[in-house]
Amino acid sequence: MDIISGLREIYKNPNSPASRKNKQKLGFGLLFIATVITIIPIVAIILFIFIKGISAISWEFLTTFPSNGMKEGGIYPAIVGTFYLTIGTALFSVPLGIGAAIYLSEYAPDNRWTRAIRIAIINLAGIPSVVYGLFGLGLFVIFFKLGTSILAGALTLSIMTLPVIISTAEEAIRAVPQSFRVISISVGATRWQTIRRIVLPQSLPGIMTGVILGLERAAGETAPILFTAAVFFLPRLPNSPLDPTMALPYHLFVISTQVPGMPIDIQYGTALVLIIFVLGMNLIATIIRSRARAHRQW
Amino acid sequence: METTKNWNEFILKWLIKFSGYSAIIFVILIFYFLLLAGLPTIREVSLSNLLSTQWYPIENYFGLLPLIGGTIIVTFGAAMFAIPIGLCTAVYISEVSPQSARNYLKPLVEALGGIPSVVLGFLGIMILAPNLRLLLDLPTGLSALAGSILLAGIAIPTIVSIAEDALDSVPRSYRDGALALGATEWQTIWRVTFPAARSGVLTAIMLGIGRAIGETMAVMMITGNAAVLPIKLNSLFHPVRTMTATIAAEMGEVAKNSTHYHVLFFIGLLLFIVSLGINIAASTAMFRQRKRAERILS
Repeated sequence: MDIISGLREIYKNPNSPASRKNKQKLGFGLLFIATVITIIPIVAIILFIFIKGISAISWEFLTTFPSNGMKEGGIYPAIVGTFYLTIGTALFSVPLGIGAAIYLSEYAPDNRWTRAIRIAIINLAGIPSVVYGLFGLGLFVIFFKLGTSILAGALTLSIMTLPVIISTAEEAIRAVPQSFRVISISVGATRWQTIRRIVLPQSLPGIMTGVILGLERAAGETAPILFTAAVFFLPRLPNSPLDPTMALPYHLFVISTQVPGMPIDIQYGTALVLIIFVLGMNLIATIIRSRARAHRQW
Repeated sequence: METTKNWNEFILKWLIKFSGYSAIIFVILIFYFLLLAGLPTIREVSLSNLLSTQWYPIENYFGLLPLIGGTIIVTFGAAMFAIPIGLCTAVYISEVSPQSARNYLKPLVEALGGIPSVVLGFLGIMILAPNLRLLLDLPTGLSALAGSILLAGIAIPTIVSIAEDALDSVPRSYRDGALALGATEWQTIWRVTFPAARSGVLTAIMLGIGRAIGETMAVMMITGNAAVLPIKLNSLFHPVRTMTATIAAEMGEVAKNSTHYHVLFFIGLLLFIVSLGINIAASTAMFRQRKRAERILS
């Protein structure tokens, strides 16, 4: 009733103080509804997968190979594969990403080239994941003859995660107050010593947040590894970086679209393990960030 | 002793500089490899074939229009959901919600951005598609509409995150000025704060749409993958097939250097150019806003 009389007032006297207040209430209500529409699915998705998937999770599910055409057994090789791919991605993207962040925040002059680097980073962030897959196929699998392998997949994923790592790490490094650098240089440290002993330790939590967020993306992506690293099924674990591998996201794709008559609990169980893997990393990053903010020395 | 230190510093500086420039190198490499494998298309397939409405690669029909149309209709549908909901959520988080809620709301929305698209695709198959089919009485729930809804879920976190940053960076004094002149908070938001943040909001929308265009796995799993030109009004309720999904679904089965292989890379090249355009436009909008803010505040 209250809403209706409010609406009537707005209709009759659109500019009276009462209807201005009513409009605001109505508007805030709409904004709130939009926020609820955004938030509810997130919570619902996570809860739903937890509830449906938890029954499938057992020690055996996590440590055995799939059997009987994926319809029985566990997802061990997919978990190991995603772990290998994530580690491999970190090996390439972390040094390169932090190096680029140091360059942009400590060395780069404010000129056209630096702007070009920034535009390139923004573009790398926007390139569709499947295009990274094509690129990885063209450069790593075929041109460098790495074949469908963990190495080719990790290299492809590294380039994809680079923009996330660079931009978060740069922000963290820039947040270190200029006075820290000035004092370090003034007591005789070189530029690199200042970076290594002062700037990097101070910005480490922020850099780690960026690294984890980047790797989280890599762990959950399917399209870039479709043609570069992932295989449908492997009867054994990969022996070397040049072997192909199974991976959690690709495995979930396979068992939810390619295998008819797949038991539902294995599907939800796989989705749950993937979500825990990815959101767990996200949670760690959030905790590092908030703890670092609380303990900051400036 | 002194010279080795200088040498180390010299080498490190160049490594760091190289990392900085790596982003440019990678963008150029990606472009080069897409051109290398994509351009033979122009020699091998006639323009009238490429612009036809039939995509039957096995019989050498390479009409791209159904795929481009599929991408457009799914992205358009996603934008219809994601832009209003995303912007309203951003305004609510930045301008209306209490500070304590803000600290939880934004990480929660960003967590949705972290959920792997293959998980969203999986839930789409399990929950969204069957319910849409029942609700709208369709022959199949795997449709452009289902794809649009999922893509909206993927674009919303991007839109909320960037638009909220833009609104948050509008100086406090703008709002105080408007409120002091007697405007309500509601009027202040839409006549002062929101217009002041409009380049950032525009960037948010463009990057959100960019993510929707480039999304692969979720779309491939849920749109039904029928390469039919969506020209009728009710196309939204029928299966479609997007450019990204076509690459992901077919690249695994084509022979290297066949015409089909070249055409798939050509589609990748088109996607790359579109994302380049969107991201360059978005970043110039962002640079412009920063310059304007500096001018006003100086």
